Amino acid sequence: MTYALRRRLNSAAVIIGFFVVWELACVIFHIKEIVLPRPSQVFETLWLQAPAIWPHTVQTLYTTLVGFALGIISGVLLGVLIGSSRLAYDTGYPLLIGFSSIPKVAVVPIFVLWFGAGTVPAVLTAMIMSLFPIVVNVATGLATTEPELEDVMKALRATKLDILFNVGLPRAMPYFFASLKVSVTLAFVGTVIAETVASNQGIGNLMMIASSSFDVPLVFAGLLVLALLGVGLYAIFSLIEGRVIGWARRKDDAGFA
Amino acid sequence: MNEDAPPFVHLQDVRLTYGHGDRTVEALGTTNLKVGKGDFVALVGPSGCGKSTILKLVTGLIPASAGWVFVAQREVGAEPVRVGMAFQNPTLLPWLTIRQNVMLPLKIVPPFRQQYRAKKKTEFRDRADALLEQVGLAGFGDKFPWQLSGGMLQRASLCRALIHDPQLLMLDEPFGALDQFTREELWAILQDLWLTRRPTVLLVTHDLKEAGYLANRVCVMRARPGRIVEDCAVDFVRPRTIEMTYEPGFVSLTQRLRELIVSARAPDAAVESAA
Repeated sequence: MTYALRRRLNSAAVIIGFFVVWELACVIFHIKEIVLPRPSQVFETLWLQAPAIWPHTVQTLYTTLVGFALGIISGVLLGVLIGSSRLAYDTGYPLLIGFSSIPKVAVVPIFVLWFGAGTVPAVLTAMIMSLFPIVVNVATGLATTEPELEDVMKALRATKLDILFNVGLPRAMPYFFASLKVSVTLAFVGTVIAETVASNQGIGNLMMIASSSFDVPLVFAGLLVLALLGVGLYAIFSLIEGRVIGWARRKDDAGFA
Repeated sequence: MNEDAPPFVHLQDVRLTYGHGDRTVEALGTTNLKVGKGDFVALVGPSGCGKSTILKLVTGLIPASAGWVFVAQREVGAEPVRVGMAFQNPTLLPWLTIRQNVMLPLKIVPPFRQQYRAKKKTEFRDRADALLEQVGLAGFGDKFPWQLSGGMLQRASLCRALIHDPQLLMLDEPFGALDQFTREELWAILQDLWLTRRPTVLLVTHDLKEAGYLANRVCVMRARPGRIVEDCAVDFVRPRTIEMTYEPGFVSLTQRLRELIVSARAPDAAVESAA
């Protein structure tokens, strides 16, 4: 058995073990379904209600991805601006921190006021939730570029854009991908918050309706769907990360080969 | 150097100060320096004497507070001169292979930059490989910087400084962090490269033997404020060898340089003991 395979089996065993412990705990302590449903009930609900859950899942995934994409675009642009200009750094950062300190639940009603209930507020909430880590990381990556690297480029009479594309952005890539993995989960949070507050579609709305009718297994089924979507997107970005910035994680791979 | 030819690098009454008012620090006192085209000048002196400052002024990385810096008879920055630069740290980009690192200047500097897309896989690639071979790095083009030792990285860094055929080569203690044997090997390589390509070289170093081995002229500097106190011609025949550095003529040169630097440091030490 190879080391990699054993590692995978181990992690799979731990995950399955988690659900087994949960199941057993519910049975042993006679925990009522309305307080904490057993995982088997949750999976059953997920299976039986799949046709009803599916459109909501698609809606939430779609909303999150659109919001996240907008978050990446605006986050990178803002990060580049803040990371490469002193003035933007001094003015932009306080604004950004102030803005990101506002609980996003409080912002959703404003979006609803502007754009009406539905998909748009959810997309915007996902976007602003995912924005902050991206901006901070890209800006940090750019601002910490070694002065000597810049001197090499300046001695070649490189323009600011040359330096940005050949040194700044590649150097900021590890920071950027680290922030993407945080941001993608935050984007889900944003979407679900908005769906819970003001939408008639999406997993957030589904869970809202389910909990008001005390269908607790369905609420947990919704949570499970969200968790799976989050893990899935996280895995996809990890994969891309490994491809793009393998140079920053050299110790994982074979050495002198 | 032909005395009548206009100097390739010309510092005329250049001064550099930091800060203002009472806190003004004079990094470089009024300095005059002329370097002929294709010459090899070493700058030696105690730390803080403004050796690296001169390199930065000549490349236009920092502006002079007073005076003029001319390169190829034009004010620095305005001249279309190709400059190569290497530092004590190899400063290679970790996300690029050694070959890609060496080719970086071709991507930036005209006229290569316009042809980069078309030639990066043919002519430019061969050019980088030829240069890597010349410094003893044949076959290492596809490696990443972290796979190479410090000495190898410094060789690659030298290639990067030379790939675009610079008329002006700036070396800031390029061999400072290397062991003695690697250093001597790279002296020979640098001498070869200089003899075949004839760029104008400014070399900052702490190593007097290195200065004597490589340079045609050695400028001794002193600190507070930084200035050039002595300009010694070095006219041993080329190509020079390591054996030559043990000959009496060479030894007496390094001794003389040493004494000059020690005496340049002396008032400095007096100030420190008084304080």
